[in-house]
Amino acid sequence: MKLVMAIIKPFKLEDVRDALSAIGVHGMTVGEVKGYGRQKGHTEIYRGAEYAVNFLPKLKVEVAVEDQMADKAVAAIGNAAKTGQIGDGKIFVYDLGHAVRIRTGETDNDAL
Amino acid sequence: MAMAALATPAFAQAAEQPAKIDAADTAWMISATALVLMMSLPGLALFYSGMVRKKNVLATMAQTFAAVALGSILWVALGYSLTFVGDGPVLGTLERFMLNGMGMNTISPLAKTIPESVFMLYQMTFAVITVALVAGSVADRMRFSAFLWFSAGWMLLVYVPIAHWIWGGGFLASAGVIDFAGGLVVHLNAGIAGLVACMLLGKRRGYGFENLAPFDLSLAVIGTGLLWVGWFGFNGGSALGANSRAGFAILATHLAACAGVLTWMLLEWFDRGKPSVLGIISGAVAGLGTITPASGFVLPWHGIVIGIAAGAICYWACTRLKMKLGYDDSLDVFGVHGIGGATGTILAGVFATAAIGDASGLIEGSSKLVLSQLYGVGVTLAWSGLGTFVLLKVIGFFLPLRVRDEDERMGLDLSLHGEALQ
Repeated sequence: MKLVMAIIKPFKLEDVRDALSAIGVHGMTVGEVKGYGRQKGHTEIYRGAEYAVNFLPKLKVEVAVEDQMADKAVAAIGNAAKTGQIGDGKIFVYDLGHAVRIRTGETDNDAL
Repeated sequence: MAMAALATPAFAQAAEQPAKIDAADTAWMISATALVLMMSLPGLALFYSGMVRKKNVLATMAQTFAAVALGSILWVALGYSLTFVGDGPVLGTLERFMLNGMGMNTISPLAKTIPESVFMLYQMTFAVITVALVAGSVADRMRFSAFLWFSAGWMLLVYVPIAHWIWGGGFLASAGVIDFAGGLVVHLNAGIAGLVACMLLGKRRGYGFENLAPFDLSLAVIGTGLLWVGWFGFNGGSALGANSRAGFAILATHLAACAGVLTWMLLEWFDRGKPSVLGIISGAVAGLGTITPASGFVLPWHGIVIGIAAGAICYWACTRLKMKLGYDDSLDVFGVHGIGGATGTILAGVFATAAIGDASGLIEGSSKLVLSQLYGVGVTLAWSGLGTFVLLKVIGFFLPLRVRDEDERMGLDLSLHGEALQ
């Protein structure tokens, strides 16, 4: 099992969700996060005072998938979240050791 | 018999200006009073709290509401009487202490067609918004208890005398100083007090290197809209009647606000590459504050010229002068109201048109008015600056003016009021 975690631009969430649904991934966890990469934030100016806004709002999307689905999920997210502009985000893939569905007690692949 | 009656001063006075309550004037002045109160609650509360950080929003609103509540009671007790009853050169009298002797049908000699209660209330809304304005300079760091002591003391020691000197028949009025709706009494007065207060309190923690960007400018935009509309009562009501002078004053006011918006917006666009929303609303308040002293003395189109001057000079004050001098006036009370009030007061001396307000300015060939306006600016600056300094020093002797470092870091909402926005 793999955990695919993607940091994306907030307005790309619907596209990513549709792309994952299309390849058969039917669950995800989304959180609002802040951060920066090469984009480095931006500056805002109020009455002559400049403020550096280093941490930009992003969404963190996490999906747990079977091993053979991981590459497809990464590709789906990558295509859907891409604008070609700086700040599109990143995708990380982790090995997932164990999973449990709380309601039924099913484990690992059955729990996904 | 008839000749004898004519000769008595009372009759002569009555014939000159019959003191009779007029329903239309009263209706307009009650409306104007409500409009000016709306400028504080909620106008100024929203305008100010939208510009501070999220952790200080409620504390900023608390200052406005408390200043209005405390100021109103003090105005009824002492302020009104000392300002508008009696025409001594320095201070009024205590004849109307706690509104003693004010009846339903009594009339102030300063507003002869409306009930004295309405005149008192209208002027009350000016006093309380002036006190509340000062809070913008010390936002994010002043202790609430110290602010309450300051509000009470400042209104009685600084606002009341200046208002009496100019509006209550004091020595500045005698010297020919004109101030239609409060360029000196309200705006310069609050601006100087704000400057002195923010310098005494010191800069906000993190000023210049931490992100102090506004919490929610959309609140400030709503606040500015309420201020703008309320200003129609502020300047239009200062005609003290439902008359064409009020109409002209409102027209000049609106034009000045529009010109202020466009000027600040264009300057910022040119200077910084983007016209910010804070710049647009700052231009509006600068235009409104600057036209205030002139609004009932000039032609409507003069409002456009004064608004352009306001946008340019206040923009310079808030973005250049402040950086150069290095004071931390949190919400630019000095840069917008102080500089704007002084500019408008002097420009009133330039543009005053005899046909409107019985005063001739420079463009009508009289340089005397500009000189008396400068005198008014000097006296207001000195009294407000000195009074604020002494008052804060005295309060500071008894209790700390500023919150503790850790409280400032946590935010005033939580540390002073035990509440916070989530």
